[in-house]
Amino acid sequence: MEEILRIEHLEKTFGTNEVLKDIDFSVRKGDVISIIGSSGSGKSTLLRCINMLEEASGGRILYRGQNVLDGKLDEDRYRTKVGMVFQSFNLFNNYNVLDNCTIGQIHVLKRSKEEARAKAMEYLGKVGMDLYINAKPRQLSGGQKQRVAIARALSMDPEVLLFDEPTSALDPEMVGEVLDVMKDLAHSGMTMLVVTHEMAFARDISTRVVFMSDGRIEEEGSPQQIFQNPHSERTRDFLSRFNGD
Amino acid sequence: MTIGEMNFFQRMVYIVQEYGASLLEGAATTMAIAIICTAIGCVIGFAVGLVQTTEPSKKAGVVKRGLLKAVKLLLTAYVEVFRGTPMMLQAAFIYYGTSQVFGINLGMWSAAIIIVSVNTGAYMAETVRGGILSIDPGQKEGARAIGMSHVQTMMLVVLPQSLRNIMPQIGNNLIINIKDTCVLSIIGTVELFFTFRSISGALYTYFEAATVTMIIYFILTFACSRILRWIENRMDGPANFDLATGDTLAFTSGLTRYNEKTGGTF
Repeated sequence: MEEILRIEHLEKTFGTNEVLKDIDFSVRKGDVISIIGSSGSGKSTLLRCINMLEEASGGRILYRGQNVLDGKLDEDRYRTKVGMVFQSFNLFNNYNVLDNCTIGQIHVLKRSKEEARAKAMEYLGKVGMDLYINAKPRQLSGGQKQRVAIARALSMDPEVLLFDEPTSALDPEMVGEVLDVMKDLAHSGMTMLVVTHEMAFARDISTRVVFMSDGRIEEEGSPQQIFQNPHSERTRDFLSRFNGD
Repeated sequence: MTIGEMNFFQRMVYIVQEYGASLLEGAATTMAIAIICTAIGCVIGFAVGLVQTTEPSKKAGVVKRGLLKAVKLLLTAYVEVFRGTPMMLQAAFIYYGTSQVFGINLGMWSAAIIIVSVNTGAYMAETVRGGILSIDPGQKEGARAIGMSHVQTMMLVVLPQSLRNIMPQIGNNLIINIKDTCVLSIIGTVELFFTFRSISGALYTYFEAATVTMIIYFILTFACSRILRWIENRMDGPANFDLATGDTLAFTSGLTRYNEKTGGTF
């Protein structure tokens, strides 16, 4: 499978605090990678560095062979290829559901209004929110907001979608509806990088699991290997807390 | 019957009959200056507020950073000076200063508009800065994440929301401007307060003229505050939304209405 992203020796420090240390891994087309680990292990920072919302302190991020950190690549264009879904949704409060999904297409990708609308309706339909196009974000529940946020990211036709704890801000009832959408996406062949605390999702849906601890990748492998036969002591410790899940 | 023989109400009626046209003209001038200057002041305020909340990008060189810092310093000086001195003195300073030092006669209208706009701009700059800072950083990140540039992010996402948040403050400024144009009488602008002084000077009926003029001022400000409230409500949009469906049963089933209390539709 063709490689979309390759992360090499990525480092991130906040002051003297090393948050990411020598991160290496690659994302191939069709991968669904779950990044797990305890809070503060650097999972979210890793995603934010990949999307360039945080500036990496060292190392390289190669997008189709081109280093995005050397300043030569158009940052905004790159971001349209690497979509992001946030824990706190970040829908635009001043637009309704439909406009949230079309505004980027119209102003960034320069698509026509009709084309943008058709594309938005297609993805809003996929996440089951096509009836709500006239609603403002404040009128939606958390789960509905997150589904719209996923549709908004998809409308930009990204090659990879990054999920930053997409269900952590939701109450248990709503987690299911968002996970269902993500499962469908995974099955449809979307390339996904998911930071999550949903171990069932990591185990059953992802093609690969990355366990992070203390700013490093402690272990990486197939879900079966990580969940049934973890090599590292730390991985075993972490997963033991989720037994019976 | 002479003025001296009239009672309070008769005098008020007399003032309205004799000077109604001048009062209306004065009120119109006051409103025109207040509205134009609040609008220009908002534009200045947005421009200044935007620059002051701009962080230099990490890639920017030393020259760019230095330039931004210098511009910010200059704008801060502008804000502090115009907020920190009385508008009446600024009016005299600018109006007489330009004619004495530069030999330019600004004329009543341009002088009035420059002074009040620049003043409003200084106050609005701080308001806009606050408005921009009040927007959740997530809004910006959401916009950057779909590839919007800094300018697009500000124009399409952050500023519209800041504008909504600072609408009450814009209304405040408009009302302050309606009243504060009276200081322009120092440079001879014939607005409502100037008209009041002419009337009271001609008839020696200060109490009655003041009453009539106050009533007019109050009508102007009250009407403005109501209109602005209405605009705010329009900006918020309706509390309910309709499902986008042709299935009429979906509406009658009652699950489509937005519930204020729970914040959901179920």
